[in-house]
Amino acid sequence: MIQLPLLNVRDLTVEFSTRRGIVRAVRNIDISIGKGETLGIVGESGSGKSVTSYAVMRILDRAGQIAGGSIHFAGLDLRAASERQMVDLRGREMSMIFQNPRAALNPIRRIGHQIEDVLRQHAQAGSADAREKAIEALRDVRISRPEERYSAYPFELSGGMCQRVVIALALACRPKLLIADEPTTGLDVTTQKAVMDLILELTRARGMSTILITHDLGLAATYCSRVVVMEKGEVVETASAAEIFAAPRHAYTRKLMRATPRPGIGLRDLLPDENRAGEALPASAPGAPLLTVSALVKEYPRAEAGLFSRFMKPDAAGAQPFRAVDGIGFDIKRGESLGLVGESGCGKSTTSMMLMRLIDPTAGSIIFDGEDIGSIPARDFARHPMRKRIQMVFQDPTDSLNPRYSAARAIADPLLRLGACEPRTLRARVEELASLVGLPGDLLDRFPHQLSGGQKARVGIARAIALNPSLVVLDEPTAALDVSVQALVLNLLADLKAALGMSYLFVSHDLHVVRLICDRVIVMRAGRIIEQGRAADVLDHPKADYTKELIAALPHPPAQPAAR
Amino acid sequence: MSRSPGTGAAILATLSHARYVISGNPVTAFAFMLLGLLLFCAVFGPWIVPFDPLASDTAATLKAPSLRHWFGTDALGRDVFSRVVAATRLDLAIAVFSVALVFAFGGLAGIAAGFFGGWTDRIVGRIADTIMAFPLFVLAMGIVAALGNTVTNIVIATAIINFPLYARVARTEASVRREAGFVMAARLSGNSELRIALTSILPNILPIMMVQMSLTMGYAILNAAGLSFIGLGVRPPMPEWGIMVAEGAGSIISGEWWLALFPGLALMLAVFCFNLIGDGLRDIVDPQRRT
Repeated sequence: MIQLPLLNVRDLTVEFSTRRGIVRAVRNIDISIGKGETLGIVGESGSGKSVTSYAVMRILDRAGQIAGGSIHFAGLDLRAASERQMVDLRGREMSMIFQNPRAALNPIRRIGHQIEDVLRQHAQAGSADAREKAIEALRDVRISRPEERYSAYPFELSGGMCQRVVIALALACRPKLLIADEPTTGLDVTTQKAVMDLILELTRARGMSTILITHDLGLAATYCSRVVVMEKGEVVETASAAEIFAAPRHAYTRKLMRATPRPGIGLRDLLPDENRAGEALPASAPGAPLLTVSALVKEYPRAEAGLFSRFMKPDAAGAQPFRAVDGIGFDIKRGESLGLVGESGCGKSTTSMMLMRLIDPTAGSIIFDGEDIGSIPARDFARHPMRKRIQMVFQDPTDSLNPRYSAARAIADPLLRLGACEPRTLRARVEELASLVGLPGDLLDRFPHQLSGGQKARVGIARAIALNPSLVVLDEPTAALDVSVQALVLNLLADLKAALGMSYLFVSHDLHVVRLICDRVIVMRAGRIIEQGRAADVLDHPKADYTKELIAALPHPPAQPAAR
Repeated sequence: MSRSPGTGAAILATLSHARYVISGNPVTAFAFMLLGLLLFCAVFGPWIVPFDPLASDTAATLKAPSLRHWFGTDALGRDVFSRVVAATRLDLAIAVFSVALVFAFGGLAGIAAGFFGGWTDRIVGRIADTIMAFPLFVLAMGIVAALGNTVTNIVIATAIINFPLYARVARTEASVRREAGFVMAARLSGNSELRIALTSILPNILPIMMVQMSLTMGYAILNAAGLSFIGLGVRPPMPEWGIMVAEGAGSIISGEWWLALFPGLALMLAVFCFNLIGDGLRDIVDPQRRT
């Protein structure tokens, strides 16, 4: 028998009219989802996965339009539906969760009122029972003390909590279809697990259908029954989650899967066969300590009390300052790469900023190659000879490049300021660095907005290694990149380290990546070091409960690929 | 020169982007044509006009617009058309110089306030607040009256009353970028704070400041004309739109409408033109904010 699917997308084509003519973002795709099913749409940036969901919700922006195909939702032709009908459907029959929960909430309205708004909009509640129903909706998404949270503003809640509120908003009217567009990107792994478990549980309890849009194949395979893989606007493979992991049929799926970091593989295994340029250079055995940090503390004053509260509670003024980093100590040996792992707010960024001498520590010492650089004020460090020897690769390759500098100018900047590089040899040195990081020479005159994410990351790396530093701090260098690009960049970093004999401090929240690239790992929480040791030991046999929790929260796909 | 192809390509790309925006936005194209006309009048005005703007002709006073005198003549028999065209140079010069002055001082003060924060921010902020506390036109009148009744002082007064606008826009834009990754990267490359402010912050907020400049240009013209309308700054018989409107205003009741109308129209067109260009520039610079 044939059961009619809840959502049936046939031969859908979405076009965007741009100044360079019409761009087809989605080409002839077929997707269907049955009642109560969980479908994952997986693809890298530009694959058209989000555009597909916007087309279904009919919220494409003005430049985009559905050029062909059909979308049927519960028997209703959505292409032919009037805007009025769509307004009625959105939120009541089909809902969407966006990537950034904070942006999705009105910052100046209490969350309870925001939920009431949705309920009233769709006539699900009157003024008498709206409050009750809103609290009920908050309780459904496991928000503790919902009566109190009802009157909270979004800024008072954590990122994970905000995402729960967004889910509560989306599900308040009990829709039949939920579209979650990268619902956990930017959230910590433990929060990600909690949010995904919640979505899955509610999907089951209410018999909803859920579409999970993600770039993370592992996540999709863990939480979805069926997975659709998209590439460049086309569906390349549709299969059950177990099948797609056990026997991926399409070359792109295989490539994507191969590039996803997972336990039990080496760095080179991430790359497609044709890109494997020999085995990794043997990492030199770590030597003497290059950097020794001891009893490092960073305190921030608490937010200044307002006039009123200071007047009312005069003793509140002497509140304890906030300790972002609370007396940590570790060392980095020459030629070693050390992973610094923890969830947001654990103090790992503050620590790396202090090591970079961009901010001053409150107490403690940072001994770099025999000199206490912690005692040099950050303001004066720009002119200090040590400046050359500690460099950094930033998290967001776009944000870390001056939009007005060409790639060549960006790479040349440290050389001009600190390198004492002669103007005649400057261009040659920049070209040398570009070839070292695998950036084609003809891209050097382009500006950041003309480069892809991976190319921008390479520019950032070339700039960091331009002065032959001894220590490079890598602050989540691949977090903003697609997995296939991440695979290339991680290999590049490992090769550069082996070739140039640098040490790395690799700051990350992705334990799989840390396992691949780091010799040792430090796990931080609330400004303190919870656990440290060899990467394999810590990740395979964690001792601290917190580390165990982190590892347990990683998505566990149903089956590991048989052949790798 | 190995760099030139990149720079050339960048200029070409900007030009093609400008052409794209203008072709999709005929109003901006019209505004740029108007600007061309204004600039042409400002540069060549005194040479192309049919009559000497200062020469009086007692035989032809208060003549209505005709083929000989397109905009008519005034009480001294001077040709209004020639005077309106010739006045373009002075009015534009006042606007351009005052905007350049306020851009230099207001923009830099704003960048310093936004980038360095702390006391710099407080001082610049309070100066801006103090200026904003006055009715701006009255403040400009006071400045010109105190400094002396000259065109230079009109320029200075116009610059001062626009200071808060520039300082605040520059401050906001600079403080947004203060913690940007590329600023931190510049620090790691050994740039001094001052150099970061000038090479990393300034070029990136320049486009937004350009839009601001175009928008205040119209306001500066209006302000200068307003000051001369009440008798400050420019003195007769020098042709200037504000004075001409002032001189003609009294004659409207007696039927000589052309005396005030044409300089007023010129003033309106100039302000209109700069405001439209400001909107157009914003589209070119920042397509996201396009409405």
